[in-house]
Amino acid sequence: MALPAVLFFGIFALIPLFGVVVISFMEWNVLGSPSWVGLSNWQAVLFDRPFTWTALGLTITFVIGSYLFQAPVALLLGVFMAGQQRYRALLAVLYFLPLLFSSVAVGLTFQSLFSPNYGLSAALPFDWLPNDWLSNSDLVMWVMIFVVGWCFVPFHGLLYQAGVRQIPQSMYEAATIDGAGRVRQFFSITIPQLRYTIITSSTLMLVGSLTYFDLIFVLTGGQPANAVRILPLDMYVTGFSSYNLGYASVIAVILVAIGLTLSLLLNIISGSSKMESDKAGA
Amino acid sequence: MRRTTRVAAAGLGVTSLLALSACGGGGENGGDADADAWILTGGGWPAIQEDFDRWNEANEDAQIDTEAIENDSYKGQIRTAVGSGEAPTLIMSWTGGALLEYAEEERIVDLSEHTGELESRVFDSVWQNGQIDDSTYAVPLNDVQPVVMYYNQAVFDEAGVEIPETWEDVEAAIDTFNENDVAPFSLAGGSVWPALMWLQYLTDRHGGEEVFAAVVEGEEGAWDNESILYALETMQDLGENGGYIDTFNSVTADQNEDAQLLADGQAAMLLQGSWVYSTIHQDFPEFAESGDFGFTSFPTLEDGAGDPSNIVGNPANFWSVSADASEEEQQIAFDYISENLYNEETVTAMLEAGSLPPLGDIEDQIAETEDAEFLEFSSNLVGEANHFQLSWDQAVAPEVAQPLTDNLSQILRGDMTPEQFVEAMNSL
Repeated sequence: MALPAVLFFGIFALIPLFGVVVISFMEWNVLGSPSWVGLSNWQAVLFDRPFTWTALGLTITFVIGSYLFQAPVALLLGVFMAGQQRYRALLAVLYFLPLLFSSVAVGLTFQSLFSPNYGLSAALPFDWLPNDWLSNSDLVMWVMIFVVGWCFVPFHGLLYQAGVRQIPQSMYEAATIDGAGRVRQFFSITIPQLRYTIITSSTLMLVGSLTYFDLIFVLTGGQPANAVRILPLDMYVTGFSSYNLGYASVIAVILVAIGLTLSLLLNIISGSSKMESDKAGA
Repeated sequence: MRRTTRVAAAGLGVTSLLALSACGGGGENGGDADADAWILTGGGWPAIQEDFDRWNEANEDAQIDTEAIENDSYKGQIRTAVGSGEAPTLIMSWTGGALLEYAEEERIVDLSEHTGELESRVFDSVWQNGQIDDSTYAVPLNDVQPVVMYYNQAVFDEAGVEIPETWEDVEAAIDTFNENDVAPFSLAGGSVWPALMWLQYLTDRHGGEEVFAAVVEGEEGAWDNESILYALETMQDLGENGGYIDTFNSVTADQNEDAQLLADGQAAMLLQGSWVYSTIHQDFPEFAESGDFGFTSFPTLEDGAGDPSNIVGNPANFWSVSADASEEEQQIAFDYISENLYNEETVTAMLEAGSLPPLGDIEDQIAETEDAEFLEFSSNLVGEANHFQLSWDQAVAPEVAQPLTDNLSQILRGDMTPEQFVEAMNSL
């Protein structure tokens, strides 16, 4: 039964990963033939190239920022969509829309919205609104966290919606009888019951934003002043604009290592290996 | 088991990105004797596809298979293919650094004996770009794209300014436009590459084409040149003192915002490639047909050492022939180049589409086209040019192109001085 999955994983994950590790010890400009250079790529990327650390810092900012923005919004949206309010179905469809758009289309649309001469800032009569959303190196990171969040919140909202719907209604009824208000119910029933959904969603958000590429590439290309050139983009630029496959592979291996560590950590912190149940009466 | 699955799932997420990036295009050099060629999608490429279709119809025993690839992924794919010996028979390039590398690695063959009448037909300034050490390694295949100065006559009339011919005129015009609250120049600084056109023209006007030739030839410290410094200083001055539109760092060219600023009169002039002519006709037809849409060459610099007829831009796309192709395939490619390139039907199709083949013998045909005025202007520009400078980001080695863009972006933002720029470029 597991064979197709193992094959798939082997062909699309392990073999390329192995290839990337091998190339990280080689000098290769794609055109000529690759040659072994031992540890010199690693030495260069880690110690002689200050930008690696800058990019790592940017990546961490991006990952944490994205998480802090996406997680609460997605949770609240999911809880709301699982409810029974009027117009809920209609609103749920609207919230879901960003997930259906291709990232290039989203990127070009936001580019128009952020345009200084024809976009939001020109259309709205607010003088305090900045008009250099994408060209201000202090601002662009937060703009990107917002745009990327805008794209992914619906997906995580959907996860939470499904999670909330599985919580037995009887628990809320019992809590109501005990006199717990909505806020108390949210923190004492909904959140603990959503625990595994939260872990799944958090893992996807963190690892997803760690390796995120397309919208940042379309909207900024890493500019201005490389202020959003996070590691995945740095890997692309190094490998496919500058054709330094050796350096790019080192960056890729670093990304794999961070990604694996991150998901392992989440797994340990969440204690998912322990068998326990928090279903009422189980 | 559960834990391993999760870790595996997370691992899959990370590595699938790598797997995607690792994909390269493979050539289709199966056992048959057909030659092949990769072309691009969009732009004027359908005319090239039709040209191949006609060739294949007329030459049963010398078929050329074509594959159209999207522009951005083409550069990576062709490089992978050439590097692995799987390149198509006809290799398309923009010449410059990439072509030089192909030749140095002996991945392409010398075409000097296989170009037929082509050399005498193509403008010298364009033909030069396919030459390496006096041998022809690439021949142009489509339209020439010089960078020109567009202007909005209505804005000039309102401010009472004449179209500038010299840099002194430009400086005077900037003052007048600023007094009238109009931006003198539109510039898509956010995209950076349109700013490269400024750097190229200003350097050339100030010091001539030798300045950048020294950079390409890898001369020690070649970036540290007074003409390059002059160009960078001038650009920073234009940015700070109202030469460029005040939002220039946020304007991008992706959706032709820079052309829109010219079209709706927010800016008086725009330095851009010849393709913007048809962009303006498509996207802003009202402006294009108002009679206010004009074009001229880049102003001359009074004491500059550069030849004022020099131009910059994209000379054309070029064909080279793969050294890894079989002799039969190469022969088909040689025949296609010497017998078929720029044949009458294809030239007509290009002209009808508003694009200009870099040929000296089609004046009469140009005069009959709908866009005769612009095509004649560009044709004269290219025909009379002493030197046609290929865009710097194409001309330098691929690993230098990215730092060039990054550093120029910092110049535009005022985060770097011209001295720091040349120092950073010299250290590469």
